[in-house]
Amino acid sequence: MSALTDLYQQLILDHNKSPRNRRKLEPADGRAEGYNPLCGDRVTVYLSLDGDIVRDIAFEGSGCAISTAAASMMTQRLKGKSVSEAKSLFEKFRRLLTDEHGVGDGGPELGKLEAFGGVRRFPARVKCATLVWHTLNAALENREDIVSTE
Amino acid sequence: MRTTAIPAQPGSAQHRPDSFDVERVRRDFPILQRTINGKPLVYLDNAATGQKPQAVIDTISRYYAAENANIHRGVHRLSVDATAAYEGARAKVQRFMGAARPEEIIFVRSATEAINLVAQAYARPTLKPGDEVLISTMEHHSNIVPWQIVCEQTGSVLRVVPINDAGEYMFEEYEQLLSSRTRLVAVTHVSNALGTINPVRRIIEVAHQRDIPVLVDGAQAAPHLAIDVKELDCDFYAISGHKMFGPSGIGALYGKYELLDDMPPYQGGGEMILSVSFEGTVYNHVPHKFEAGTPNIAGAIGLGATVDYLQQIGLDNIATYEHELLVYATEALSAVPDVRLIGTARAKAAVLSFLVGDIHPHDVGTILDLEGIAVRTGHHCAQPVMQRFGITATARASLALYNTTAEIDALVAGVGKVRKVFG
Ligand SMILES: Cc1ncc(COP(=O)(O)O)c(C=O)c1O
Repeated sequence: MSALTDLYQQLILDHNKSPRNRRKLEPADGRAEGYNPLCGDRVTVYLSLDGDIVRDIAFEGSGCAISTAAASMMTQRLKGKSVSEAKSLFEKFRRLLTDEHGVGDGGPELGKLEAFGGVRRFPARVKCATLVWHTLNAALENREDIVSTE
Repeated sequence: MRTTAIPAQPGSAQHRPDSFDVERVRRDFPILQRTINGKPLVYLDNAATGQKPQAVIDTISRYYAAENANIHRGVHRLSVDATAAYEGARAKVQRFMGAARPEEIIFVRSATEAINLVAQAYARPTLKPGDEVLISTMEHHSNIVPWQIVCEQTGSVLRVVPINDAGEYMFEEYEQLLSSRTRLVAVTHVSNALGTINPVRRIIEVAHQRDIPVLVDGAQAAPHLAIDVKELDCDFYAISGHKMFGPSGIGALYGKYELLDDMPPYQGGGEMILSVSFEGTVYNHVPHKFEAGTPNIAGAIGLGATVDYLQQIGLDNIATYEHELLVYATEALSAVPDVRLIGTARAKAAVLSFLVGDIHPHDVGTILDLEGIAVRTGHHCAQPVMQRFGITATARASLALYNTTAEIDALVAGVGKVRKVFG
């Protein structure tokens, strides 16, 4: 695969074109805003929890294809999952994007999220993919401050 | 369209030795031989920083290899020579900017530091609560934030001249915004995000009718236009070495002698004093008063070599050639479906900020990079400009004297590829 088609996989292009769960969620149990000062992109993540389970999750904001697809696929993947599962998926996702040694074993499988593996070859774009996950972390803690990639 | 030379003067030979030959210019810049992702480098990010000609690289390495010493403080030969070279560079920059005397040139780190120096050493002691500083919407953050800081410190108010849909400075609004409380006008000569060339001469003239001094941010003008601070009659003018194909970490502030002489120092330390005792310290004269500590000696000498290089080619030749490139690029990019140019001023430097449909500029930039094409994507440190146009970012191709129409063709083909990926 060329670096180009590796980065912009069909799945990513598709989620960019028609993002899932891009809407406001009110009232929400958790809400947080993320900001990438490098490109000025903003994202808001909304959570509604049922005990430890993510009952509903949505996002608002617009960004590049990578960040939009990351938000869309994250929300799709996390609906109905437990908070601890979400956290370990984030950990795996981050390793997929940054760790030379692969993603390691154990815990939930990344599944379709592996489509973001191509981002690793583009260090300038890693934050595009991780911003929404950092923002999710803040939403889980319902933090008020704006999450920044810098 | 011609890609190699500026039209010769009427009646002169076709290839005069001083005519502009882009292929010859390209040979002066070693980095242009590089490949990126297996493709020849197409460097279109000149507004971020310029590439360096061999003459500048050689001057810096020769200084460190054979001439290095501290300045203004040794009787030994190396120090005397280094001092002469440093002060010689000041005289070169003086001539480059058209200043009346070398003392009016202060070496600083960058245009950013030049503006901060004026904000803290000129504006801060002058401004009273309710006074106004007037800037414009199209300023780089470095010509916004220093004024916000000094306004905060002094209780003054920052006012902003708007820009129109083409990205032009709105002159009538400017005249209306000038008030009895305006104490300083700051404006960029050339906008880094839009390419707009501002009517700085008229801006200065109108301000001076009310005795208001003007600072011009020339970071984006110096690599592309002939600057003449005497003719402009500006009070301060800031430039950055790295933007004009010189070293980073060096820049210059021009200031009118009488203003500089009246200003308190910006930083304290060695070099900026005549004598120090605990009873009282006597400051050095202009410009040394503003050059505390050991300066960027190699950078200053490198900047001297840079202005030599630019003057040898001729700023007017550069401006004419770049204008041809701009016309060519504007036409070629506008012909691509879905491309929208942001910044369509009548007077414009060779900067093309653009959007491709609703594709995010970061995606445009990444795909172009895979083609070996370097453009900047983002807000270009000019977020108020982005807000003015209701966007968050653009892709920006900013051209320089070594760019060619073939490179613009490559850009256009790259944009075509972007459209295909997102089609
Ligand atoms: C118009 C303008 N002014 C000022 C600056 C600041 O220059 P520097 O970062 O070299 O201080 C820039 C740099 O992008 C610029 O484009």
